Amino acid sequence: MALLEIKQLHKRFGGLHAVTDVSFPVEAGQIKAVIGPNGAGKTTLFNMISGTFPATSGSVFFQGKELQGKKPYQVAALGMARTYQNIKMFSGMTALENVMVGCHVQSSAGFMASMFRMPWTWKEELAIRDRSMELLTLLEIEEHADTDASSLAFGQQRAVELARALAMDPTLLLLDEPAAGLNIYETAEVGRLITKIRDLGITVLLVEHDMSLVMDISDEIVVLCFGEKIAEGLPAAIQKDPEVIKIYLGED
Amino acid sequence: MKKLLLILPLLACVIAIQVVCSSTDTLYYLTQMTMSAYYSLLIIGLCVLMGYAGQISLGHAGFFAIGGYISAGLTTHSLIPFKDNALVQFLDSSGLLLAGQTLYGEELLVVSPGLACAVAIIAAAVIAVFIGIPVLKLKGHYLAMATLGFGIIIYRVVLAVEYFGEADGISEVPAFPLFAGLSVSGSFGDRVSNYYIAWGILLLGLILLLNLIDSRVGRGLRGIHGSEEAADAMGVHTARFKLQTFVLSAVFAAVAGVFLTHYNGGIGPSEAGVMKSVRYVAIVAVGGMANLWGALLMGVVLNFLSLRGVFGSYDDAVFGLILIVIMLFAPNGILSISFRHRLMQLFGKGKQKRDGEA
Amino acid sequence: MFDVGRSSFIFLTKMTSELFVQYLLAGITYGSIYAIVAIGFNIIYNTTGIINFAQGEFVMFGGMIAITLLQFMPLPLAIILAVILTMIIGAGIEICFIRWLKAPSVLRLVIITIGISILSREVAVHVWGESIRSLPYFVGNEITSISILGARISPQVLWVVAASGLMFICLGIFFKTTSVGREMRACASNRKAATLCGINTENMVTLSFVLSAGMGALAGCMMSPITYSQYDMGTGLAIKGFTVAILGGLGSSGGAVAAGLLLGVIEAFSVSVVPLAFQDAIAIAILLIILFIRPQGLFGSKEASALKEF
Repeated sequence: MALLEIKQLHKRFGGLHAVTDVSFPVEAGQIKAVIGPNGAGKTTLFNMISGTFPATSGSVFFQGKELQGKKPYQVAALGMARTYQNIKMFSGMTALENVMVGCHVQSSAGFMASMFRMPWTWKEELAIRDRSMELLTLLEIEEHADTDASSLAFGQQRAVELARALAMDPTLLLLDEPAAGLNIYETAEVGRLITKIRDLGITVLLVEHDMSLVMDISDEIVVLCFGEKIAEGLPAAIQKDPEVIKIYLGED
Repeated sequence: MKKLLLILPLLACVIAIQVVCSSTDTLYYLTQMTMSAYYSLLIIGLCVLMGYAGQISLGHAGFFAIGGYISAGLTTHSLIPFKDNALVQFLDSSGLLLAGQTLYGEELLVVSPGLACAVAIIAAAVIAVFIGIPVLKLKGHYLAMATLGFGIIIYRVVLAVEYFGEADGISEVPAFPLFAGLSVSGSFGDRVSNYYIAWGILLLGLILLLNLIDSRVGRGLRGIHGSEEAADAMGVHTARFKLQTFVLSAVFAAVAGVFLTHYNGGIGPSEAGVMKSVRYVAIVAVGGMANLWGALLMGVVLNFLSLRGVFGSYDDAVFGLILIVIMLFAPNGILSISFRHRLMQLFGKGKQKRDGEA
Repeated sequence: MFDVGRSSFIFLTKMTSELFVQYLLAGITYGSIYAIVAIGFNIIYNTTGIINFAQGEFVMFGGMIAITLLQFMPLPLAIILAVILTMIIGAGIEICFIRWLKAPSVLRLVIITIGISILSREVAVHVWGESIRSLPYFVGNEITSISILGARISPQVLWVVAASGLMFICLGIFFKTTSVGREMRACASNRKAATLCGINTENMVTLSFVLSAGMGALAGCMMSPITYSQYDMGTGLAIKGFTVAILGGLGSSGGAVAAGLLLGVIEAFSVSVVPLAFQDAIAIAILLIILFIRPQGLFGSKEASALKEF
């Protein structure tokens, strides 16, 4: 069985069918991209996978476990991390602290232990700090570790967000439009970071608008249009698919 | 750890104030400083709830009152009529009750302050859990109104229930002996020792909260405030953290209530009033919401001035005005960088240096 | 908060159906006042998304100003002038404290309006003192009573109910037929779109404060003979008004009337079960329960409550 198995997922908002009957697998170790024009239901799909809101029907299996009905924090604990299209930094915290929040599920100090600084929390705290610093170095923004995260440049915030997601030590990383708002240089940079992440053995599922990025880095692509899956395959095949071309270039 | 070192200068100030007051024969200032310290204990607890967990509470005077009133009630109301009750007999034989005499020489049997304190704090915590579970699901105005409603109910209860002394409150609350001859009481000779007890408790509370903020849990809380959705996706159990913080701040309020009641020797319904809750919120806001040091400083200064009667009959008005002015012009508190920045610009020091302190 | 005046028009002498009617009418009287306060909340909420915690103070100002003016002029004139003055206060508050804020957070607005409420109360206590005052009965005096279905009530009750009903109807006509009313509704349903259509939304917000202040003030005058006016009556009224607004579904005027009457009647009948001192607690308990189990209100729809995005 694939790492992530999406089966007949369906979402209705009132009378609007945002996602209709979408199924596809995500195999371990690959970068899989979901593309489609605006309003194709990509982000909706993501929100259902990560538990932000429930699907109307259908199911999602992650490592063989059904995710429907699970809350985001429970999904996170299973090893699925995500980023957001409009970056959600924790404002008022440094870049390092942002990444340290990402270590939340990997650590266990509770309310009382934290307040009284129990000796066993010291080690954990140090480990979190080291690991977070390591990740910032991996994503090449270690010099901004002590800067307030919300005052960083957009591209740097993306990197911090990626580091934060990686801090969760995820098996699967969901990236919601990682190139949104970035210029072509920054986009290429993010693309390089994503392949770097894949090479660490982390499976990546991304939703993207930017075709150049997707074609460069994806191992497999799913195309959504008006909530329905219209194509799935290797980048080269997708590029030649007449139906996909019709959507992206217009009817005529 | 670095942040904790800031405690030392504060401790030095605390000692300096005592030395100055003792040597200039102005010990009466210590009385208000002691009371301010207890109020500030509540305020730093509320600061963590509002500034870090991002949840407003307009009912914290209610928790203060729960602590104070329960402790006062248990240590003043005689259990003689229930002498034959099994529980009373059990407590008596465990040494948890105190026998004594009233002014008129009647036999008196009351709960010992230690047990009363424990009961009061546990009661506040339990009530906070039951109120917190539904209330913290609410946001914005709804949360504000719901906690305001809770505060009003507590106020009505202490005003209406005979056990709590109705409009008169409870007086003649006995001293609370701690250890080594120290006791929380308003008696003249204990003024200096009580000043240190109060500040000791406050500093202990401050250290605990500073630890909390700079920890896994604290980062989770600040994450909730930054972006609840993202914190949730990071695996932070937001609902539970909010509830735990609510209970923690309620316990801080109850501890403040218990100790201040023993120190003052009584408690009245005004302690439970809505104005008190609003005042606490105002002080946290002035201090800068997510700034424990600011909350502590403002808590001590403003309460001290208020208790000294500096504001006269405009006491409540001053706090109302502070609330509005701060929220209009410096929503991040008067210690915030942006406000200092604006002030500097105002006074012509055009080129401001940005210090890295957050 | 309103315990004082109640005995003056309920005579707890006869049991049975007369008593029932008595309670019912008392409930309707208070209920219509709550409904008016709730509609005041709604008007401001609809145009701004703000819950104005100082709503109760408008009612207090209306009553207190009218009482003061009465020394210089006849009653109807005093009431009219009091309403106008309170409207000016409402406009002043909005212009000074709300208008120029750019995208303020909800927490900030909540705290600002709480601050306004405290300041208003403090102004009142320094101007009028802590004494309890009241307007005279519009017709007759405390002991004048008329008989309805065997129950004896003060004619003031009819004034309150009639004035509330009239206000409700006028407001409906204003919003439905006048162009300003329509613009305010446009502002309520989509502020950005309204701005794009050339509606001056800032003025609409000021207008909503003016309207809401005026309604509060009139309610304050009508109820003053029965419940008396005092500088600190605002908080209690605000929380009851809010309860009613929530109960009826935030933003819905019809819901507010139904919920107001319901709360009024429940309170009135609770006298026979719960001690008088806990009467305020009933409204608050209802508020808490409603917030917990059905935040969209008894009469509100799910969609409307989805708008509470803050």
